Amino acid sequence: MTTASPTSSKPLYHETYKHQEHWRNNEDEFEGAKLGVWLFLTTEILLFSGMFCGYAILRFFYLDDFTAASSHYLNWKIGALNTGVLLISSFTVAMSVRASQLNKQGQLMINLLISAICGVIFLVVKLGWEYGPKIEKGELPGAMFAYGGHAGEYIPSTSDPVFLSIYWVATAIHGFHVLIGVVLLLWLAWRAGKKHFGPKHYTAVENVGLYWHLVDLVWIFLFPLLYLV
Amino acid sequence: MSTTNATSTGNDSHGDGHHDVSYLHPKGPLWVTLWDWATTIDHKKIGVMYMFATTFMFFLGGVFALAVRAELFMPTQVNEAGEIVGQLFANNIYNRMFTLHGVVMVFLFIIPAIPAAFGNFLLPLMLGAKDVAFPRLNLLSWYVYLLGAGVAIIALLGGGIDTGWTFYTPYSITGTEMHRQVFLMTMGAFILGFSSIFTGLNFVVTVHKLRAPGMGWFDMPLFVWAIYATSLIQVLATPVLGITVLLLAIEQAFHVGIFDPALGGDPVLFMHFFWFYSHPAVYIMILPGMGIMSELIAVHARKRIFGYKAIAFSSLGIAAVSFIVWGHHLFTAQTAMANAIFSALTFFVAIPSAIKVFNWVATLYKSGIVFNTPMLYALGFMFTFTIGGVTGLFLATIATDINLHDTYFVVAHFHYVMMGGAGIALFGGMHHWWPKMFGKMYNEKAGIAGFIFVFIGFNTTFFIQFLMGSQGMPRRYATYVPEFTIYHQISTVGSWLLLIGFLIHLFNFIASLRNGKPAPRNPWGGLTLEWTTDAPPIEHNFHHEPVIHHGPYDFEDVVPPFCDEKDYPLPAPLKPSDKKH
Ligand code: HEM
Ligand SMILES: [Cu+2]
Repeated sequence: MTTASPTSSKPLYHETYKHQEHWRNNEDEFEGAKLGVWLFLTTEILLFSGMFCGYAILRFFYLDDFTAASSHYLNWKIGALNTGVLLISSFTVAMSVRASQLNKQGQLMINLLISAICGVIFLVVKLGWEYGPKIEKGELPGAMFAYGGHAGEYIPSTSDPVFLSIYWVATAIHGFHVLIGVVLLLWLAWRAGKKHFGPKHYTAVENVGLYWHLVDLVWIFLFPLLYLV
Repeated sequence: MSTTNATSTGNDSHGDGHHDVSYLHPKGPLWVTLWDWATTIDHKKIGVMYMFATTFMFFLGGVFALAVRAELFMPTQVNEAGEIVGQLFANNIYNRMFTLHGVVMVFLFIIPAIPAAFGNFLLPLMLGAKDVAFPRLNLLSWYVYLLGAGVAIIALLGGGIDTGWTFYTPYSITGTEMHRQVFLMTMGAFILGFSSIFTGLNFVVTVHKLRAPGMGWFDMPLFVWAIYATSLIQVLATPVLGITVLLLAIEQAFHVGIFDPALGGDPVLFMHFFWFYSHPAVYIMILPGMGIMSELIAVHARKRIFGYKAIAFSSLGIAAVSFIVWGHHLFTAQTAMANAIFSALTFFVAIPSAIKVFNWVATLYKSGIVFNTPMLYALGFMFTFTIGGVTGLFLATIATDINLHDTYFVVAHFHYVMMGGAGIALFGGMHHWWPKMFGKMYNEKAGIAGFIFVFIGFNTTFFIQFLMGSQGMPRRYATYVPEFTIYHQISTVGSWLLLIGFLIHLFNFIASLRNGKPAPRNPWGGLTLEWTTDAPPIEHNFHHEPVIHHGPYDFEDVVPPFCDEKDYPLPAPLKPSDKKH
């Protein structure tokens, strides 16, 4: 199943799409939307760079404690698993843009769905394997910190709550972005089902794709900074 | 209509019927019209709604300011009988008053006022476009503004906050008693940030993609350049405010301790984050004002603006430098090395600002100045803004700032910039574009009277604060030593003059709406595109897509569209002997 069947009388949405009234043509509208999304992504980068900056300063204050806390509280294998999941989804999102350019409707749908499922897996892993146990053990940020450690094994230092603050806030804000991304991907899939996208009109696929890559990229920085170093 | 009018906008008598009515034309019965305004994606209506909202906020902030000044009319003292005299409010009420004043004026009035109200209304008109790039995002940004303002006002009604508009930690986390209100207020600021980002993003794309055919970058009016530079700052700086106030709200709610020293966090980090946004934010306030200035000066002096490119690039220069000077707010909280670097960088901001002022003065030289309200405001701006800017250099000098920090000298400085700069330009611009926005003229005499009260009132209120501050009067105190009494009283009287001035303007505008003379399309003889369409503009802005044949300030070569050649004669051609250079 690739294109609309030539016999169908009603032309498809993406074939006859006409720009909004205040634009001069479809290309301008596409370019404008893309520029807008790039600007938006810049604001996202700046938002997260606030987090990274805070991380850098506090790590500089408590260098050894942060290193110890990182390896004690965080399991790099879970982080790596989630990194892999997001990398796969970035690939499938890129593929879905390609599929709409080539008018391969079936591929478009499959790639969008795989991407959304990857996002869901990421969230499930995060909530179920990380947040859940952490809440149980009291590995909580700031004043809520209630982790006793196991006798003789690991003695929490006074800066552990600070490390966990950064961890919780940064990953929660990132996770929220993943959640929004999943919703957007499902919205795209729904529209793809109605054959809204094709070579002449795939603005939304392109732009949600850009957003998803950014969410991915932020994680690519968070993972080593929090789990590895 | 002169033959030299080259823009293609014909008079009327053609076009597709219903689209040719004024954007203000009611859509039907009251509730239909209200619903139309509430769901409009027309940039003009959104701009006008912003204008009413920000004007309301200005008066709300003004009430707090008058309260602050009233408290300071007399020092609070204990007399021989042991009674407290000279006190209007308890100290903690005073703290809330000045905080609410600062928060309302900064976040709800001056930051959105010029870009969101005038930018929205004028940008597409000046570019010859039908609308901004993303009209629905524009409407969303308006509702996000209302939501943020609503949350802030709930915090206000719930008792207000007493942290100062800077929300400095750790006081704002652990010191204050108003935890819930601080949480709400910071969330309000977070939400307002989104509104600001959406507006800025929209404008950047509009300038890039929707200029009229034939309009190159250097054919854009200087107001557009200024709004463009402002929008870049909005997009690049506001996210940092976003994460800062979000972290602060999370601190309030969960005590995560990133900024709380008791939990191992770093309060100075908050100051850096806060000023990384809030210094560029002062340029979000002043740059659009400077853009208005360029229009007012050129149009009401009927002369080609001097140094067009210098003014355009200095806007971008200011935007760029504004990101690397935030440390001048922390001279008392960082290392000597950092101080030296930030001090040196701060001096650089003076250069592009001065370039603009000199260019405006050069434009006025040998021009045909018309002393109407907009022009008087423009001249007033050059006086007050220059004082504000130059005293900024005193504060950028570490040795003097260590003494002046947190005194009334700082209060005077930022009022000369914000109110004497951005505010004054805003009021000038309001008179300048009022006829275009509402199709009615205002009363010029009343406008000038209002200006005189505002100008004298402003300088009376704030100039004396430089003197107080340099003698050691600290800011944010509800009382003072009796030696300062006369200074404070002069300042308070000035605030009453300001009030009179604004009330005159307010009534003048209301009178104009109710029974002002109908405005011609081009009452001042401007050359930018907004003057070529009807007053008020039609729904789709122009009858025909405009085509650019002359620059925005070619007063020597073009009789302004819809103006009589008798009123706007072209200068006599140069004698061949004069043409040499
Ligand atoms: C363009 C309009 C204005 C803006 C943007 C503005 C902004 C500000 C800001 C940011 C502060 C600092 C608040 C703080 O210390 O936390 C402030 C303080 C103050 N403003 Fe304004 N203001 C404006 C108009 C006025 C007017 C019209 C008056 C007087 C009639 C006034 C009187 C004061 C006073 C008395 C303070 C308190 C100073 C202190 O105790 O620290 N302001 N204003
Ligand atoms: Cu500053």
